[in-house]
Amino acid sequence: MKKSTRPPTYGLMAEFDNPTDAVAAAERVYEAGYRRIDAFSPYPVEALSEAIGVHSTKMPLIVLIGGVLGGLGGYFMQYYVHVINYPLNVGGKPLHSWPAFIPVTFELTILGAALAAVFGMLALNGLPEPYHPVFNTPNFALASRDRFFVLVESLDPKFDRDATRAFLNSLGPREVTDVQH
Amino acid sequence: MAATEANYNPPPVVDSYQRTALIVGVVGLLLAVALAFLTGGPARFFRSYLVGFVFWCGIAIGSLAIMMLHHLSGGGWGLVVRRIFEAATRTVPLLAILFIPIAVSLFVHPVGEGGHSQSLYEWSDHHVVENDPILQAKAKYYLNIPFFLGRAVFYFLVWGGLAFLLSRFSRRQDETGDPRLKDWMQNVSGPGILLFGLTVTFASFDWMMSLEPHWFSTIYGFLIMAGWALTAFAFVILVASILQRHEPFTHVYLPAHFHDYGKLLLAFVMVYAYFSFSQFLIIWSANLPEEIPWYLRRLRGGWQYVGLAVVLFHFALPFVLLLSRTLKRNSRLLSRVALMVLVARMIDMVYLVSPAFVHEGQDPHFQPLDLLAMVGMTIGVGGIWLAYFIRELKGRPLLPINAPGLDEALAATGHH
Repeated sequence: MKKSTRPPTYGLMAEFDNPTDAVAAAERVYEAGYRRIDAFSPYPVEALSEAIGVHSTKMPLIVLIGGVLGGLGGYFMQYYVHVINYPLNVGGKPLHSWPAFIPVTFELTILGAALAAVFGMLALNGLPEPYHPVFNTPNFALASRDRFFVLVESLDPKFDRDATRAFLNSLGPREVTDVQH
Repeated sequence: MAATEANYNPPPVVDSYQRTALIVGVVGLLLAVALAFLTGGPARFFRSYLVGFVFWCGIAIGSLAIMMLHHLSGGGWGLVVRRIFEAATRTVPLLAILFIPIAVSLFVHPVGEGGHSQSLYEWSDHHVVENDPILQAKAKYYLNIPFFLGRAVFYFLVWGGLAFLLSRFSRRQDETGDPRLKDWMQNVSGPGILLFGLTVTFASFDWMMSLEPHWFSTIYGFLIMAGWALTAFAFVILVASILQRHEPFTHVYLPAHFHDYGKLLLAFVMVYAYFSFSQFLIIWSANLPEEIPWYLRRLRGGWQYVGLAVVLFHFALPFVLLLSRTLKRNSRLLSRVALMVLVARMIDMVYLVSPAFVHEGQDPHFQPLDLLAMVGMTIGVGGIWLAYFIRELKGRPLLPINAPGLDEALAATGHH
């Protein structure tokens, strides 16, 4: 059975009062060699992502490609309409009057980039995910208020329930708790 | 360590910067004045001096605007550069003195070949106005010499008053740390932003748009406002990146701060491009005889290439470069982009001013000597302005040592 092969808990969660302690703890955890780690905060804390080793993602590239495709699509849509499909003389100006195309091109660049950002983000982080073990952590609702959490997954090769717990406790958290599956 | 315990006085090296600025200013100004007079008489002198004056006025008044914006919205990014903004705004008295040649130009009316008036502001020349019913109508209520000078005095009083008040509160904050001072600065800045918008709109109409007194564009005030804010921001990035090379400021200006400055610089670059293109799109679409000549003068005779250079170096290149996070966090690279933006601003000023003096029926021609005199004058006026700016900068610690939130700003953990 699958259940017997997986570790008894999902991981260990350390809870902190402020971002400074959480960042310091996350750095120590990373230095100690743990790699299957994660952190949770009520608002983006740049230093926290860096501390757990998230240096870069593919997001900027995805957004850039979305923006470029949106812009090109917007421009050529107008070119197709005004020059090929339905040529119309407006104020004696040339059919291919690029200045008039710029506002729509700009807007569609933004639209393309925004859609790429939303769907790229969903694709990369695997949302929507109806069930996730971290929500079994006591107090985890406070991660969207004023608490900061650092997680070490039990699948990490260095994970040892007692040693890791002792190590996390040495980093000055409010509490270290088991995260049940 | 609390911010107040450290010594944030200006590094001694600023003295040598000040000397260099003064020498460059005096020599540059003399050379530019000589070049302008010898090649184009008083006409070229006045128009190139105007470019130099408005460029540096923009840095001072743009700084005033961004500083008030910071007082209103807060944020660590603004605290660490507030003293640079404050020093720039305290140059308003110098700017009022530097305005004198512009005032003098109203009474100097050189005549060029073909009997065309070569006055800086042709509406100030009664020989021109006599034969021009439109200018007569405009002169009646607005575009006349006494009212023009009165308005200029008013602008300098408003700018000087705001700069004086905010600088004074800031000094008292250093001395007493009274928490109410933050609110006072905020209370002054609200109406201050409104006054900034109105004064800069009218100043840009007076000093720049009235170079072509038959032409009008309602977005012009916003265009100049955005241009001034952009110039000021690029300037502050340069100053911060220079200060960052000296102790203890290597630990004050952090990558997180430059990241913010880069984002704001990108925003200002885009705002200017947006206003500039809006004006072009509307005038180009309507193609009306009273509006389109402004662009006809700027899209022919070589000026189209200058315009293209402005599009490339004022918008396209900085836009693409500033998208990079790595570049924004690197003060050295970011300051290079800021320098490029400043040079592009200078070229854009030339593009706004120099073609204005093409008379109806004449074909526009790119004037390399105008460009040279204008850039020279910008460097000359700039040297003198910078020397005064550094004098003001030296007078106080380079950080508002008792401002609430400074410790957090210096720690810069990434939340704003």
